[in-house]
Amino acid sequence: MLCDDCHKNEACIHITQISPEGKIDKNLCEKCASRYGNFMQEPQSEDYTVNDFLKGIFSKPSKEEAADVPHGLVCSNCGMTYQDFMHSGKIGCSSCYSTFRKQLIPLLKRIHGAVLHNGKIPKRTGGTLVVKQEISVLKDKLQMAVKSEEYEKAAEYRDRIRALEQKLAAEGEGAAVDGSK
Amino acid sequence: MAVNDLYRDYLLSWFGTEGEDSDVVLSSRVRLARNFESIPFPNRANQKQLAQVQSLMSSVFSDIETVCGQPFDVVGMEGITEVERNILAEKQLITTRMAKTPEYRSAYISEDRTVSILVNEEDHLRIQCMAPGLNVAGTFAAASKIDDAVEEKLNIAFDEKMGYLTSCPTNLGTGLRASVILHLPGLVYTRNMHNITNIAQQLGISVRGLYGEGSETVGNMFAVSNQLTLGFSEKSLIENLTSAVAEIVAHERRARKAFVAYSKTRLEDAVWRAYGILKYARSLGESEVLELISKVRMGVDMELLHGAPSELFSEILIASRPSYIRNLVGNDNLSDGELDRKRAEMVRRILAGG
Repeated sequence: MLCDDCHKNEACIHITQISPEGKIDKNLCEKCASRYGNFMQEPQSEDYTVNDFLKGIFSKPSKEEAADVPHGLVCSNCGMTYQDFMHSGKIGCSSCYSTFRKQLIPLLKRIHGAVLHNGKIPKRTGGTLVVKQEISVLKDKLQMAVKSEEYEKAAEYRDRIRALEQKLAAEGEGAAVDGSK
Repeated sequence: MAVNDLYRDYLLSWFGTEGEDSDVVLSSRVRLARNFESIPFPNRANQKQLAQVQSLMSSVFSDIETVCGQPFDVVGMEGITEVERNILAEKQLITTRMAKTPEYRSAYISEDRTVSILVNEEDHLRIQCMAPGLNVAGTFAAASKIDDAVEEKLNIAFDEKMGYLTSCPTNLGTGLRASVILHLPGLVYTRNMHNITNIAQQLGISVRGLYGEGSETVGNMFAVSNQLTLGFSEKSLIENLTSAVAEIVAHERRARKAFVAYSKTRLEDAVWRAYGILKYARSLGESEVLELISKVRMGVDMELLHGAPSELFSEILIASRPSYIRNLVGNDNLSDGELDRKRAEMVRRILAGG
């Protein structure tokens, strides 16, 4: 349908004007409609979301990835299947991440260019992770120090790494003893 | 505290004029996405599970109040009207998604309105902290403190390798989205915005217009935020964003300076005209107000216009939004003409000093 005013563009907006002379209905194109009052069209962001794009990535895996997808892989916690992913592009629960870890990793690489978390760790449940992260930061620093021939600093880092590793080992044994009970 | 103020106030403490670089940076915000272990994410959870998330959150409510040092309002989305939800969305305290589908969703909003915790949005928890001016690191510190208080008592979904687990893989890892609202009339009028958008994208930073859609932004306000969340520490994500913003701010200031140097008279005229229209108009459209207050704010920040305090900008911004006016008038079905008339009345009242 063409616009009632300019008769050139496709009409996409319907307006009803009520005035003392009566009611007027018109089908207008966006350009002509804008003359009838100052209104902003709401962005229709809900119509497509990032999930639609993820769906696209899920449903078109590369050949080697496709061969890897086992049929009947289901998340034991929420009942999500790999097929559900391909349809919705949404993840069901936190356990899905370990159930579908192998399939998700290539996707994460594509989205973030990385697959390893390098940020904050929960204080209470993070446990030994905090120590592990500290060790890996210190190891980086150690290497830098050796490269720039700052051996005093390097020695200091080495000692701190040793101390942390001992702490970690002690905690590990403690846990093993607890486990055997 | 009266929850009613939440809908009637047009002052937002985090959208003021104090704060660093406030001639260009309007506000900073950090959002952390968190989920509870083993409960399905909101898009897959059933009603019982959504209610479970809400009651888990109530159990740490007093801890959140303690760590923030101020009282919170708990706003159940189902308990308020659609217009009231839309006002909260206009004030960016909740998302439009929450306003549209209120079932089992709620928001914890702090007394000073700088903290808003969304329950059962896309993730179980969205912890948001806001501040005026450029202060991303400060808002992250505040959000992180709340995160710690919740994690102290409740198990948060976390994986050693993948970090914080989120409903959408685009938020995985840190769950951090840091964003800054910029007012960039100089770059818009000198037609440099597309350059900024392109360069920012290469640095992993997204730039989008706050009002209007697509390339048709209204009011020269832009939200700048980090795109990636995995593989970087929170600190480096924030530093990356902050340094990119500093660069944009420098370009904006240069563009404004060049503008004054080339056509001061025209600019002055445009600014004062805008002020005149706002002060005396009897009917103002939604996008018209946004364009006009952008000019006035620029005039104040460039010291071309005197006698108009720059905080008027944020007051008018809130007070001219459609849901805010509808609620004030107490009529959900205002016609566009009446809305424009009321809007002009609100603006005149604010400019006359209350």
